[in-house]
This record gives sequence, C-alpha cells and structure tokens, in this order.
Amino acid sequence: MNVFKLKRIAITAIVATVSLGMFAGAAQAEWSPKKPVEFIIMAGTGGGADQIARLLQGLIEKKDLSPRPFIPINKPGGSGGEALRYLKDKAGDDHVVLVTLNSFYTTPIIQKGLGVDPKTFTPIGRMALDTFLLWVHDDMKDITSLDSYVKAVKSKGKSWKVGGTGSGQEDSILTAMMEKEFGYEVTYIPFPGGGTVAKNLIGKHIDSTVNNPAEQNEFYRAGKSKPLVQFTGERMAAYPDVPTAKELGVDIEYYMQRSINGPPGMSKEAQEWYINLFKTLYESEEWQKFCVEDGLDCTEWVAGDDLAEFHSTAIKAHEELIESVGAAAITGE
Amino acid sequence: MGEILGLLGAGLLQALEPLNFSMIVLGVILGLLVGALPGLGSVNGVAILLPITFLVPPTAAIMFLAAIYYGAMYGGAISSITLGIPGASTAVATVFDGRPLAVSGKADKALTAAAVASFIGGTISVILFTLFAPPLAEFALKFGPAEEFSLMVLAFATFIGLGGDDIPKTIFSILIGLVLAAIGLDIISGQPRMIFGDISGFMHGINFLVLAIGIYGIGEMLWTLEQTKGQVTAHNVKLSLKEIIKDIKDVKEYIGTTTLGSVLGYFVGTLPAAGATPASLMSYGLAKTFSKEPETFGTGNVSGVAAPEAANNAASTGSMLPMITLGIPGSPTTAILLGGMIIWGLRPGPLLFTEHPDFVWGLIGSLYVANLVTLVINLLFIPLFVKILTLPFTILAPTIYILCVVGGYAPTQTMHDVWLMFLFGVVGYLLRKLDYPVAPAVLAIVLGPLAERSMRQSLISSQGDPLIFFERPISLTCILIAVALILVPVYQKYKRRKNANKSEPEAES
Repeated sequence: MNVFKLKRIAITAIVATVSLGMFAGAAQAEWSPKKPVEFIIMAGTGGGADQIARLLQGLIEKKDLSPRPFIPINKPGGSGGEALRYLKDKAGDDHVVLVTLNSFYTTPIIQKGLGVDPKTFTPIGRMALDTFLLWVHDDMKDITSLDSYVKAVKSKGKSWKVGGTGSGQEDSILTAMMEKEFGYEVTYIPFPGGGTVAKNLIGKHIDSTVNNPAEQNEFYRAGKSKPLVQFTGERMAAYPDVPTAKELGVDIEYYMQRSINGPPGMSKEAQEWYINLFKTLYESEEWQKFCVEDGLDCTEWVAGDDLAEFHSTAIKAHEELIESVGAAAITGE
Repeated sequence: MGEILGLLGAGLLQALEPLNFSMIVLGVILGLLVGALPGLGSVNGVAILLPITFLVPPTAAIMFLAAIYYGAMYGGAISSITLGIPGASTAVATVFDGRPLAVSGKADKALTAAAVASFIGGTISVILFTLFAPPLAEFALKFGPAEEFSLMVLAFATFIGLGGDDIPKTIFSILIGLVLAAIGLDIISGQPRMIFGDISGFMHGINFLVLAIGIYGIGEMLWTLEQTKGQVTAHNVKLSLKEIIKDIKDVKEYIGTTTLGSVLGYFVGTLPAAGATPASLMSYGLAKTFSKEPETFGTGNVSGVAAPEAANNAASTGSMLPMITLGIPGSPTTAILLGGMIIWGLRPGPLLFTEHPDFVWGLIGSLYVANLVTLVINLLFIPLFVKILTLPFTILAPTIYILCVVGGYAPTQTMHDVWLMFLFGVVGYLLRKLDYPVAPAVLAIVLGPLAERSMRQSLISSQGDPLIFFERPISLTCILIAVALILVPVYQKYKRRKNANKSEPEAES
C-alpha cells in the first residue's frame, strides 16, 4: 500500500466521520453521550452484576442505542465501597453510570468512614430483582433439604465455611439472617465476586453459599451443585422443585435489586436519556429472555423518582435488618 | 484423543475460512496497536472495537476478539522494548532486558526473540490445551485460597532467589512494593487504609501500571538525560533480511528458558485469578535463577526477553480454560470475550466443552492461527519498529513522556495517578542511582493483593491456624519448591566463595 492510497483512505475516513457527526448532531437535539460512558460494576468479574453489565453493553452496541460505547469497569474493592466512592467523587459527571447490588444500601451503612449517601445518587432504572438460593456441592449426599442442612451445620459449628462476596454484601446479610434464624454460627469467607465463590464451592474449598442463580446455574446443570431452598415469595419457573423458605416455615424472603444509577448531581437531560435507553433495553426480547433463564424477576419497570422511593424504603429496611442481626454478625468482627 | 484431534482439526479449518481468517488478521493488527499504545489500554480498545463483531457471524466475532487479545499480548512487548514503557501489565517483565538490548543497538534481536518466543509459547500451550484441558480444569478447581497463597510465595521466591543480586536490597524492594500494594480499601473488611487522611485517589489503591510506567518510562528518561548530559544521541541501526534470519537462528540461545516459560505460563494461566502477568514475572525469575550467567540479566540478556514473552502468550491460551469452564475471566480483555459469549447465548460452564465443542475448538484453533499470523506480521514489521529508535532523542523523549502521561491517566482517568506516576519516576531514578533493584517492587505490587487476599481467606477458613499451608499437598509442594528456589542461589554463592577461597585464600580475609 503506498502513501497516497493511505492518505486517500485517511481523508475519506475524516470526511465520513465529520459528516456522520453532523448528521447525528442534527438528528438528536436532546442530550446524548459525547464520550465513552463508564459502566461501573460494584463487583468482580464473572458475578451476576458483571454478567448483566456485559450483556447490557453488548445489547447497546448491537442495537446501536448509544452514539458512544459503554465501557464496563469492575471496581469490586471494599464490598463495593470503591465503586461508590468513585461515583461520589464523579458528582455532576454525565458519562458514568453504576450497576448496583444491594451493597449499594448496605456498604454505606456498615462503612460510615466511606462518607457515601446512596440517596444522593441519581436514580435511573431498575432492571431486575435478583434472587438467592442456598447451594451445596452435589457430593454432600446427606444434605437433601433445609433440615438436614441445618443439622449438618450445627454439628460442624464454626468449621462450616460459607463463601460470599464480601462483608456487608447481600449474601453476608442473608447468611447472618440464617445464623439468627437457626441459632448456629458459621465462618464466612469473602471472595472477589460471585464467579469465584461458585468455583470455590465446586472445588470444595467452602461448604455452602447463597449464590444468585446466574452464578451457579451451569454447575447445577452439570450436576456439580444443588440448590436446597430459594429465598423468594414463590417458586421460580427455573427451579420448580426447590421449596421456598416460607413453605418450610422459615420467614426469610430476600431479593437484590439490579438497578442503574448515576453519580450525584447528574443533569436532568442526561438522566432522561439514560432512563429511555435502559427502558428500551429492559423491554427488549433478549433481556426478558435472560431474566427467565437466570431466575431474575423482571415484571415491573421502576425508574427515576419511583426508583428513588424504592431505594429509600430499601435503605430503611436494611438499616433495621442490620440492626436486628447486628453489624458485627455481618462484618465478622 | 482422536476425537479431540478431529475437533481441533475442524477448528483449525474453520479458522482458515476466508472470512474468519481475515477477521483474525485484522484482529491481530488491531491487537498489536492496542497493546503497543500504553494510553489506549486493551480494555478500552476492545470495548470500542466490540461493535465490529456484530457485523459478522458469532464464530468470526469471537475469533476476532480472541485475535485482538492475542495480538495485544505481543503488542505490549513492542513498546516495552522500543520505548521502555510497558504497554500492558503483561509486558513489564519484557522491559527488564528488552530495553537495555534496544539501548545497546540490539532492538532487532530483542524483538525477534519476543516474536519467536511468543510463537513457541503459543504453540506449546495449544498442544497442552489439546492434550490436557479436561484434567487441568479439574486441577484448577483444587486451587483454593491456601494453594493460591503458596503459589504466590513461590512467585516471590523466584525473585528473592536471584543469584548475583544483593539479597537484602531485593527483600527491601519487595517490602516497598508490598506496602504500596496495601494502600486502598481493606480486602476483607472494606475499610479504607493508608489513604493519607482522606485522599480519595488512594481509595482504589495504587494501579500497577502507574508504578510500572513511572519507574520504567519516566525513571528511564531521567536516567538517560543524566547519562547523555542532554547530548542528542541517535541510535545507529542497520537492518537487513540476513540480519533477521540470523536473529531467528539465535533461538537456540534461549530455547530452554522459552520451553520452561511456556509450560509454566500455560499452567499459571489456567488457574483462575492468576493470569498472564504473574506468569511472565515468574518465568523471568526462573530464567534468571537457572541461567549460567545470572548477572547479565537486567543488562540485556535475550533470555530475559524470551522467557516472559513465552510465558505471557502461553498464559493467554491457558486462561481460556477457566473462562470456558468456570466463567471466570483472567483479565479485563478476557472479560470482554466473556461478554461476547453471553450475548451470543453461550454460557461458560463445565458443559460448554460437551455442548458446544465446535465453539471451544474453533476458539482454540483461531488462537493458533492468530499465533502464526502474529509471528509473520511481527517479523515483517521489525524493521519499522526498530526505526522508532533512530528518531532523534529530541523527538523521542517528548513522545515517550506524552505516552507515559496518557498511560498513567488512562486506567483510572484521574490526575491523581499522573502525579503519582511522576513521583514514582523520581523515586525509581533515585533507586536506580543507589543500585536498588526495582523489578521486585513491581512484582510485589502485582502479587501483593493476590497474596494478601488468599492468605487471609485461608486463615479465616482454618480459624487462624497457619498449618493449613502445610497440610494440603499442592500447597506444601509449592512451599517446598519455594524454599528450594531460595536455597539454590545461596548454595551457589557459598560454593563460588569456597572455590574463590581455594584459589585465592587471602582475598576473602
């Protein structure tokens, strides 16, 4: 390829870019991203939040919904504290959004030193309610039900190891709720993401976990792990044979919201644009299919002010929950 | 076995189909660029290129992403050698000897070694993958926190036990790195630590590239400025086809370390959470420990370029294993590959091998084809890369400087990291003046967080009993090898001293 040809290609590319830019400018008078959007995940790679963010990023590109790409960035440090603090410091930035877990509520309650108030964040939309199941390795033949599980844990006491994604993360709260309900104490080991937790269960480095369906499903299908109980109101379509805790007379029902939020002080126009974008994604066939397969509850779209209200109710509920089980039970101190 | 070979053959054929093949070539070229430009970073690079994959069928798309990933592995070596800035974390160990070689006018030799070693690493790892993927996937599961920690101890041992270096200074350097690695949010409790009051820039910890670019990019420039006293120097490089062929024939100098590095790299790559960076650093350490002339490492030994390059390419194939079977990506770039798979409805897990063998083996086949393409493209472009070095220092220095700033800013996009990078540059320069090795500090900041996490997880799980590291067979083996690695150079030193005493009894007293 000679220099002239290169030059011609370069010029064509420039002309094309400029004219595209002008066209986009004329077509969209409203706000739209001017540079790549940071898509912050407050958990490690391979976990539920990570899978969701990467699916959404792909769908945004595939359906050409944004003039600029979304770039997923994992910030799993400090049970999501790293991500929350990052967003707080990005106040007023219209080019960063966060995929949340329930640690969006719990981490600021437990780690006061972080100086983050989730209520100041800009609510965009709730993509799903994620669910939890209690999992053990399939080789634990003696454990077939919640009852036999509780008996096994009680006999091993503190040497029973439960894996999770971090002190103060939703799975640690669920673990603390179970400790309180059944009157046993276990050792909780934090890992950097739900994928790693799942792997450690299969490798028998831990005894049980409360993984989300997306994290264990493939191992379950391969006959390596089994769910004992689901912490939902009703049995999920994906797990018709697994009883809910309520059916067994145990009053634990717990969900995790998967929502998209902006940093504090995001502009109204940007918030509106993101709400529309994620609503389109929420309603897409691909997303709804993902929800069914992965045991996510995607029946109600909650956005903007409604989401803010949902958040503040949830924060209050979590404050009470943490109060009742004791913050020490969660942080393991 | 025959079945697997058949599948791999079909995968290779699939990779050679016109569309797939051209996507691989395009991917490798883009990957080289992405890897070579420290400012671009492979995460941003691949994320921006993702839309291209929607224009072609899924298989071609995955092959394209894999080719980018593969090309980027090599691209990092180009900037490491020619500019002295590691383009990616996986290429840091390549700077240690690649840069001195380039400065002494042997850039072609270093680049050829990198290309050939990468090729060998890629080949060996594809063979290992084909033969041992299912048992290794089982083996990777056996790696719990205790095993991970012992593996990290082993990695540190490869660096402490470097014969010829000043051992106390090496340990000091490792400790500095460990302290820096401890900055940020506590891994277990999530509390901020060592953030100097409330400087939020320290919350995310010290990014490894910030340290590496500071020490090698900025530090190196300060050093060059001092050495040349501002005199403008241009490297004189003559290069002909004959020369490159001669360089390729030099492969026998480093074939041993390359093979060792490839096997090690593949193995470390298959472990989730480890990945290509520790693999390349360990391979470098091992090459030096077992070298007949360890003192030449760090001053421009070709084996010092070949060992880490073979390991990082082998590890990149290896890391496909935990991604495919466990859904745990070993690096941000593999995470994007994983994203691509999810979009096309392929769920990683133990069943992917049996339910979608065409996909798995097509991917492996494409990695091998990418490996070949990378070799050819690189050998063709070496004269061009070497030309960079003939640029006058007055142009080269500011360019390196800008690339350093961009590279320091890109990972977290905060100016805090840029200032930190300058600080590390000055510190790196001073350490070099005082003759402290900086490579161990770089190793420590990469492995420190991994080691800390796995140690604390193990101790929580054993309720504080440190015997957990010695009770488990894999863990114990790693620790024993680590002890041996530390003792080998000590013994060699002792022997040398004894020999020296015999010949010149007066010299020691």
